[in-house]
Amino acid sequence: MRCFVGIDLGSTTTKAVVVDESTRVLGRGITNSRSNYDTAAAVSKQEALIDARFTLFRRGLSAVPALAGRIDSFLGDLERAFRHVQYLGQLDDLEATCMRNRGGLRFAGSEKALARTLGEVFRELRAESAALFAPGAKRRSDFFRDIAGSRFMALADPVCRAEGLSFDLVLNVYDKSIIEVENRPPAGADQGKFLQALENTLAAAGTAIPAGEVARAVRAALEIPLEEAYVVGTGYGRVRLPFPKEHIRSEILCHGLGAHVMYPDTRTVLDIGGQDTKAIQVDPEGIVENFQMNDRCAAGTGRYLGYVADEMKMGLHELGPMALTAQKTLRINSTCTVFAGAEIRDRLALGDRREDILAGLHRAIVLRAMSIISRSGGIRDQFTFTGGVAKNEAAVRELRKLVKENYGEVTININPESIYTGALGAAVFAQRAVAA
Amino acid sequence: MTTKTQGSRSAAAQAAEVVKEASMLKQKEMIARNYDLLTGAPETGRKVASTFVPGNLNELIMCFDLLNNLPEINAIQNGMRKVSGDYINEAEKRGHSEDVCTYVKADLGMMARGNLAPNGKPLPKPDVLLLSYTGCFTFMKWFELVRDEYKCPTVMLHVPYQGDGRTTENMRSYIVKQLREEVIPTLERVSGVKFDIDRLREYLRESARAEDDFVWVLESAKHKPSPIDAYFGGVYYIGPIFTAFRGTPDATEYYRLLRGEIQERIARGLGPVTPEGDMKDQRYRLVVEGPPNWTSFREFWKMFYDDGAVVVASSYTKVGGTYDLGFRHDPEHPLETLADYCLGCYTNRSLPQRVELLEKYVREYDADGLLINSIKSCNSFSAGQLMIMREIERRTGKPAAFIETDLVDPRYFSPANVKNRLESYFQMIDQKRRSVASAA
Repeated sequence: MRCFVGIDLGSTTTKAVVVDESTRVLGRGITNSRSNYDTAAAVSKQEALIDARFTLFRRGLSAVPALAGRIDSFLGDLERAFRHVQYLGQLDDLEATCMRNRGGLRFAGSEKALARTLGEVFRELRAESAALFAPGAKRRSDFFRDIAGSRFMALADPVCRAEGLSFDLVLNVYDKSIIEVENRPPAGADQGKFLQALENTLAAAGTAIPAGEVARAVRAALEIPLEEAYVVGTGYGRVRLPFPKEHIRSEILCHGLGAHVMYPDTRTVLDIGGQDTKAIQVDPEGIVENFQMNDRCAAGTGRYLGYVADEMKMGLHELGPMALTAQKTLRINSTCTVFAGAEIRDRLALGDRREDILAGLHRAIVLRAMSIISRSGGIRDQFTFTGGVAKNEAAVRELRKLVKENYGEVTININPESIYTGALGAAVFAQRAVAA
Repeated sequence: MTTKTQGSRSAAAQAAEVVKEASMLKQKEMIARNYDLLTGAPETGRKVASTFVPGNLNELIMCFDLLNNLPEINAIQNGMRKVSGDYINEAEKRGHSEDVCTYVKADLGMMARGNLAPNGKPLPKPDVLLLSYTGCFTFMKWFELVRDEYKCPTVMLHVPYQGDGRTTENMRSYIVKQLREEVIPTLERVSGVKFDIDRLREYLRESARAEDDFVWVLESAKHKPSPIDAYFGGVYYIGPIFTAFRGTPDATEYYRLLRGEIQERIARGLGPVTPEGDMKDQRYRLVVEGPPNWTSFREFWKMFYDDGAVVVASSYTKVGGTYDLGFRHDPEHPLETLADYCLGCYTNRSLPQRVELLEKYVREYDADGLLINSIKSCNSFSAGQLMIMREIERRTGKPAAFIETDLVDPRYFSPANVKNRLESYFQMIDQKRRSVASAA
């Protein structure tokens, strides 16, 4: 089947969306942007195509009556098995790279000890890997770099000690190698990995699953070719995308169209991302009429909250929940991120509660956004809020309040997949480019 | 309002040498000569008046054998030569706030650092400050500071703002009265030259000749493809008529040459000359409101011509007179015509008048939309620009966009942001066209 891909190269993450000819979403993929946009684009696209494959599995399996009511859990198992197979493949690559990187003057005399140590660490990494992908296992991140990195550190330390080898030396090899592995175009989501995952899943399920029928349906879905008809790129890294200019759209247009596709009655879009805040007005067809962005200053963007989290020695995701427990909203005047840091310290010194300060900071960020929105022409019904900050409940609560105060009753749309808005818009542009 | 001649000598500028036309060489020579006259004043004994572009009374100044020094132009020259940043720092060190007009700070910083003209020689102390107060309050504060520095005579010509969107006989006679009772006597006293109204008439007659060709040049952008860029090229074309040359045969000759060159471009179906040669395809025709950024002028321009965007009309090329609305200097009514000229400058017009003018440009030049380059440190331009944008969108149905830069403070030109917005805007125009085409 023909499919159309949109890739949004953000400052923090790179997102990809695959749609079919009727612009229905087949799959979504996300990866960290790294310093290498080419790889980030390739990885996110591959992730979206893997996700698309799972959509096809779902369609195929819905025709298997014996699996009725159990498709979700089966697909969950299959996906975990697939991620595990994928993880093992990446570990192989990482190990081979580490082995290559242990040469050189620095390591003279330690080559053999290093080889033994690395061999042991990777053996342990493989041995414990099944648990990482077991049902209900919590992973802090789904990115290979994060999972492999934290486990490598944990396992290498005792092995080094046993071998009498400096941990720093091993770490040095690892650091060099992970960058190479991460910046290598991914090995591919070949059929073999899916089939291996299928086999593992069916074996684990035993007789509970009608293995023959399920395998037939999954194999049939795997046979459907995903033909990449057109790719459109957007986001700050778009000029780095390895395709011609006609395949590149501004993120303003992509966000506008993406929001329109998600909610066709959208007329105003607010996107608060890592480094910028955009207010976009669209017409009933999703065509951009006007836009405003923050300029020269990152106050009121996701980075602002990141800075505040550092300032308060908290995790970014802890800010919203804590702000929700505030008893009052303190007034934070600074529109400057750095000055807000000074205000925070001042408030803390005066004995104000962190919760109340945080509530004030969330209000400050939303006030900034409200100003950008009003410069773009204000809020019209319906209003769609996207970007990383849309996941922050304290920010959403302040936004709802301020929208009501300033614009009255307005439908506010917040999609759990809103981080993909720009990529979705790009994918729809890709479909239109071929359809036109 | 400047010249190619003293601009930065980048690789692109070197490349531009090959396409230098006669008018460009002529302007280069004129400006160099004026700076030589100014810096040579201590030897020649010529006296110097400093004044501003909006409300520049060059014909009157020439009547007293005074040389005309324009601090705004010096600031622009310094912006393009990439020295304004240091001058601004110098001014800030001396206590001028970050929010002050950067022309002012670049000028004060330049004075503090030896007041060197682009020819490397110091500019002389002015003998008189002629403050034509047209729509910019900062002008008055600027000359207060300059007066404090030089302790020289200052004469103010107060030009009433067109708050009601029109000029009245009262306003006109008020200006004429100031000219008769304040300005002319002061200039006579400073220069020692007696005012001769027939000499003024001669200069005004010469001005009007150049003005006809100048308007023809601006309106040539109605052609498709446009033979000129009325913003990035336009700032060169306004050079002679907005500065020390209006009323001189040099200016008349410059516009005659320029007109001939543009006629030739139209005949050959050529687009504007850019620093990288002739602009090829023209995909977007824009009207631009607001001054350009001078410190990254070429980089800024490139963002337009690389994407096929040509500016067909701009408000900035009207700050020193709105000749395309029909005004010509009239030798039959010499003082009244100077009054009318001052009253009509773009910055002296009310917001509704500015909206009307921009709307007229979008329609008459068949533009795809309006782009506003909002200047961080210029209140007289920036106040009301969002309203202007909304109104133009509403009245014309064409998309408008807003970017933010500065005049001569290099810190406020963020290329990635500006480019991002421009690209978004160009694509918005494409999208709009497609939707109109599919609806038709």
